[in-house]
Amino acid sequence: MASATKNKKPFVENLTIKVCVGTGGLAAGGQEVIHAFTRQLKALGIKAEIAKKCIKKTGCRGCCSKDVLVDIRMNGNSATYQHISRDKVERIIQEHIIDGNIVKEWLVGPEYHAFHDRKIKILLKQCGEIDPEAIEDYIKAEGYKGLQKALSGKPSGVINIIKKSGLRGRGGAGFPTGLKWEICSKEGSVQKYIICNADEGDPGAFMDRSIIEGNPHSVIEGMIIGGYAIGASRGYIYIRAEYPVAISRLRIALKQARKKGFLGKNIFKCGFNFDIRIKEGAGAFVCGEETALIASIEGQRGMPRSKPPFPAQKGLWGKPTIINNVETLSTIPHIISRGARWFSSIGSKNNSGTKIFSITGKVRNTGLIEVPMGISLREVVYDIGGGCPQDRELKAVQTGGPSGGCIPASHIDMPLDYDSLSSVGSMMGSGGMVVMDSTTCMVDMAKFFLEFTQNESCGKCLPCRVGNKRLYERLKRITDGRGKKGDIEFLEALAEDIKITSLCGLGQTAPNPVLSTIRYFRDEYEAHIFEGRCPAGVCEALRQYVVNAEVCKMCGKCFRECPAEAISWMKKQPASIDKGKCIKCGRCFEVCPFSAID
Amino acid sequence: MAGLATSLGAGAATNSLAQMPEIDTLFLFGSNPTEAHPIVSIYLKRALRNGAKLIVGDPRETWMAKRSDVWLNLRPGTNIAIMNGLIHVILKNGWENNEFIKNRTEDFEVLREKVREYDVKTVEKITGVPKQKIIDAARLYSHADKAMIVYGLGVTEHRTGTENAMAIANLALVCGHIGRPSTGIMALRGQNNVQGASDLGPAPNILPGYQPVASADVRAKFEKAWDVPISPVSGLKSVEMLDRACQGKFRGLYIMGEDPAQTDPNSHEVRRALKSLKFLVVQDIFHTETTQYADVILPGSSFAEKDGTFTNGERRIQRVRKAIEPVAGLADWQIICKIANRMGYPMTYNHPSEIMDEIARLTPIYGGISYDRLEKESLQWPCPTRDHPGTKTMYTDLFARPGGKAKFVALDHKDSGEMPDKEYPFSLITGRIREHYNNGSMSRRVPGIMELVPQELIELNPSDAKKLMVTDNDWVAVSSRRGKIRVKVHVTTRSQKGNVFLTFHFPEALSNFLTSEHRDPIAGTPEYKSCAVRIEKLPRAYRN
Amino acid sequence: MSNKKIKIILNGTKTVCDQGETIFNAAKKAGVFIPTLCHDMRLEPYGACRMCSVEVKGVPRLLPSCSTPVSEGMDIRTESRTVKRIRKRLVSLLLSNHPDDCMRCETSGACKLQNLAYEYKVDGREYGGEKWKLPIRQANPFIVYEPNKCIVCGRCVRICNEIVMAGTIDFTGRGFHTVPDTAFRTARTLSNCEFCGQCVSTCPTGALTDKKARGKGRVHELKRVKTTCSYCGTGCSFYLNVKNEKVVRVSSDFFGPVNQGDLCIKGRYGYDFIHSRDRIKTPLVRKGDKFVRTSWDRALSVIASNFEKIIKRYGSDAVGAFSSSRCTNEENFLLAKFVRTVFRTNNVDNCARV
Repeated sequence: MASATKNKKPFVENLTIKVCVGTGGLAAGGQEVIHAFTRQLKALGIKAEIAKKCIKKTGCRGCCSKDVLVDIRMNGNSATYQHISRDKVERIIQEHIIDGNIVKEWLVGPEYHAFHDRKIKILLKQCGEIDPEAIEDYIKAEGYKGLQKALSGKPSGVINIIKKSGLRGRGGAGFPTGLKWEICSKEGSVQKYIICNADEGDPGAFMDRSIIEGNPHSVIEGMIIGGYAIGASRGYIYIRAEYPVAISRLRIALKQARKKGFLGKNIFKCGFNFDIRIKEGAGAFVCGEETALIASIEGQRGMPRSKPPFPAQKGLWGKPTIINNVETLSTIPHIISRGARWFSSIGSKNNSGTKIFSITGKVRNTGLIEVPMGISLREVVYDIGGGCPQDRELKAVQTGGPSGGCIPASHIDMPLDYDSLSSVGSMMGSGGMVVMDSTTCMVDMAKFFLEFTQNESCGKCLPCRVGNKRLYERLKRITDGRGKKGDIEFLEALAEDIKITSLCGLGQTAPNPVLSTIRYFRDEYEAHIFEGRCPAGVCEALRQYVVNAEVCKMCGKCFRECPAEAISWMKKQPASIDKGKCIKCGRCFEVCPFSAID
Repeated sequence: MAGLATSLGAGAATNSLAQMPEIDTLFLFGSNPTEAHPIVSIYLKRALRNGAKLIVGDPRETWMAKRSDVWLNLRPGTNIAIMNGLIHVILKNGWENNEFIKNRTEDFEVLREKVREYDVKTVEKITGVPKQKIIDAARLYSHADKAMIVYGLGVTEHRTGTENAMAIANLALVCGHIGRPSTGIMALRGQNNVQGASDLGPAPNILPGYQPVASADVRAKFEKAWDVPISPVSGLKSVEMLDRACQGKFRGLYIMGEDPAQTDPNSHEVRRALKSLKFLVVQDIFHTETTQYADVILPGSSFAEKDGTFTNGERRIQRVRKAIEPVAGLADWQIICKIANRMGYPMTYNHPSEIMDEIARLTPIYGGISYDRLEKESLQWPCPTRDHPGTKTMYTDLFARPGGKAKFVALDHKDSGEMPDKEYPFSLITGRIREHYNNGSMSRRVPGIMELVPQELIELNPSDAKKLMVTDNDWVAVSSRRGKIRVKVHVTTRSQKGNVFLTFHFPEALSNFLTSEHRDPIAGTPEYKSCAVRIEKLPRAYRN
Repeated sequence: MSNKKIKIILNGTKTVCDQGETIFNAAKKAGVFIPTLCHDMRLEPYGACRMCSVEVKGVPRLLPSCSTPVSEGMDIRTESRTVKRIRKRLVSLLLSNHPDDCMRCETSGACKLQNLAYEYKVDGREYGGEKWKLPIRQANPFIVYEPNKCIVCGRCVRICNEIVMAGTIDFTGRGFHTVPDTAFRTARTLSNCEFCGQCVSTCPTGALTDKKARGKGRVHELKRVKTTCSYCGTGCSFYLNVKNEKVVRVSSDFFGPVNQGDLCIKGRYGYDFIHSRDRIKTPLVRKGDKFVRTSWDRALSVIASNFEKIIKRYGSDAVGAFSSSRCTNEENFLLAKFVRTVFRTNNVDNCARV
């Protein structure tokens, strides 16, 4: 909760202005908004001192489509504005702060509340509330209590709590975190490591970034507890260099934690030594894979290696190593301080706790949401996401990042948990969620994801390096309208072989988008190949221009404009397009004054 | 090799190369295996990758020195001092292996007395190695479980060469680091069959298999087999033959596959000796500096043209097989037989395997070797009988000396025969580089190698280069009391201040015109590794 | 590796093997051959080509036998239908990005990919798609690199970094365009390459070849003679490859007890001296300041008579011989014997006293 100002002004009590300066907020001009507030409040004389203290930098709250978000909290009331820019500041100060009248037309709408005001929030609760660059804020919000509690007991006690809580790794496969820690804690080595995987590479996923930007100390606290549990004295945070804000906040947080004695020698005087280093990744998607990540920290090319041995036995520099992702680690302090039973009461069976999804695509409200595990897909897409724009029909939801699978609309009532998702051929992954409606071509979508994964393949194992390339090429052939009989079977067979032979998770899951779209939308593939048609009208090469004879006014404009002389027209007769000659440039479509060309 | 023979009983490496990856502390002394023995270096690199600690004793900052835990950057020719210093530290701290010393060695007290004089301060003064490094190295080596000393020609090519090897043996014996797998002393040999050549007795005082001519029993055995009387008096060493030639007392010489005019130090003297000979036969595959002085030149055969065996530095006897017919029609062994037959002593071997059978009959360490066995297995001597599996690790229970105990030898530091002074201020170290080999007669005939390393370069430390006002590719004249050569400069930190380095691969800039006449009095090995030189800058326009 | 024995089922047969060893090695010991492209005994397990994948009961995916250790009771099938299907698939994927020019390829006949293509009867043409069109690299005096023939097994990269520790080559690029190369595609120089040719020795295809041996004979035309290197005292063994009485190449002896196939620049590429034009090909006798060619018969007579004359006049101790550590054991022994039996002296020495 925000700190209150000590200065009391006659008409303004406890004024707090919070401006969203997460990466989204910054991009939308958050810094300028802060400047504007500071300058203008100062210009108004008496409020100068107040302004400096009450404007806080807050982290991301996940609702980036509404940025810049500004909270005004005064006299015990608060209001949240959306889409605020520099030029709007003056009116807010004048009407809201000085006159006490809220600027209603700029307030956030119901979508924001659907998004933001969910009942259960654990991880994102403090994001956007506390100042990520002030450790005192975090401590005030019960921060580092979990650490103190953990360190007052035995490491095995910590592991037991985590095991009982049922926490599963939020990075993808959902391996039970407590069990992973237990395996590593039993390894005999003196030197062990804990690594925080903050190499968030899925396109459109930014939950890790939001947590670190909004509440870096929660990740650090989780890592220290983990280090204590497994017996590690050194932690690494492997973070993408593309997250400069997150990195700088982490650096500040680490410095503060060291100063407070939460990091360093003899933490809480219990003889436990631990410190954390930041290692910036160079933007290779595959470095999210744990063995590739380890190779990258060691200074080698980020290429995965065969498991076993697993990192918990032989990891960084050959020593036992635990790798958890940001979300998992920042959950840890909450579990420790509030207990395993509390945590396992949230969510569904075998899938306890909450999960953050990043919801994007053809949906009204995009951004980050934290929901209990087991929530239905319908609730997420419709209640929170607000359904597809223009009330178009939902076609499918793709989960699990680029190598996840598609869930068709018919499965809309399925629960979102690890096991249900994998049973329909998709996966939890890091929590990316792309909503697709009738304007999405499933073949094109599969091609899009394959283009990404085959580009990001590290090139080590053959099936991923060449196999995925060939999958992509065949998909491209289909969307280019050159598909042939047998292509679907070719794709299925090749995809299956890549899945069972690839070395790491990237290769093993890369064909998922192809397999799941064939599984649920085979008819779309067939339409592309056999009918030369893209049902969603996305694939350029398959678009066909025909004249609707009923609408055509026989003006001849299209005939004159066609650069390929593909249109025949005679006076008093509707025009017609020769498919063989048409180059699909779309000129006729554009020039037709009567929209007679489809 | 006489050094190890004195201390341990036999002049050979005590272990196998294949045991190297398991070493946990490696002491590399006077050897630059990444250049001179690349394949041995692969074994050592594997040990390093397995986490072995590394101590390097070398005046040059070699590849290994750069990666070492302790680099003992001693001055050339101060090997005994550093070894005594290490032993001093070990004894002072009680890090020695008393049980081993008691049960398996003799004369320890003599050594203890001697090294008392070599406290770290004294040693630092002699060797230039900081005290702490000596203590660190002593701790690392003595505390190791599997410690191996690997040494090269940087140890033996000094006038104290034999004693240097004994000093190394002293250190290993004090710690009991000998006679176990991956634990012992490995000497890296310079040439492909140095080991075999010393095993099989073309030496003035011994008959094949290190059997002394002075022994009546040994002589009797050979006299019976060869049907000639054998003189009990040692013959002349090569240096002595050449010295006597200068004096006109030695007249006829048969040189098989050697090039003393280039590879022996103080080349001017050697050449004078060769000139004075009345009759010289040289058998070689190429014209060399030496063939110029011959009366008859016989075409030798390369290794591709004959059958036979080589014995490598780990005592492993391996087959050489004929791939093509001898270019001149006869293999070297056939030539020797033909000359013998002409001179009235019949030598009638049909194949080298029959020679090996005779070696096996007369030489106990090779007693179990035959070509049939070598087809199936790889054997390391001692291999006394047909059913003996060969020996990977020597001295596991007994040393090869009378009584089975190893011997400590008390040794004193002696300066190199020639120390740098005002007139000749630099220490010249000579050695090999990876791309070339010895006199270069083979490697200089490989076009690709000549493309990579076409000429001699003198390695100079940057600060020395600055003082001399030279940079890379400048020409300098390098001179010693014996001669003068012209070479190009290569500035590198590999050479320490005051030291310079040259190879001996290039006859047009032959470093052996510079090297000194000093020799190890026991083995007769020349002091290639240390002499004093002066360097002068030549005008940039100078061309060779 | 522990000495504990464990039991596995290999293609339906109970087999005992060492705990901790890989499926690949256990199968090899049991006489079961598993094909592989990226495995080299000298290197750490890697698991990139997936050719050695096997089916293990209870595991949904195939496991690479080269990097998976055996465990108690493992039920392994190395020739199941899936395994065979996958091998076919993998070879055809490789061929889909491989030039079809075996007919003029240096390595034809010794190429592992060619053998597998033949065995599994695939050509990879069904994929169509992109193929690399990278330029051939010839700047190196000893090694030619044809990247288009590279199958990205990583053996060259690993041998250069793991074994030689020279760090000359590593992977560049990503995805389909991953290819081993030098830093910034510069030519190899002495500062970063040892020119040991270990990369060539491990390359399973024709991507890396010995420059000097190109066009000098294909593998079936060459007589291979195993012998021991004549440079330094390490004692590496290798094969001399001979065609028409000419040594045209040195190739690795992977079972060499000393070097396991590794060689240095001199051992692998330093054989030109054998057929050098400078070789002394006939006996020569001095005539004044010059040497004249002569017959063996004449040369031997001159030698015998001169030595006999000196011995007669000045005694045996006025003659002697130098032997060489370049010559064989037999020749050294023979010279030691020669001096004693023919010269009747002990004046014999060599340079091996060090």
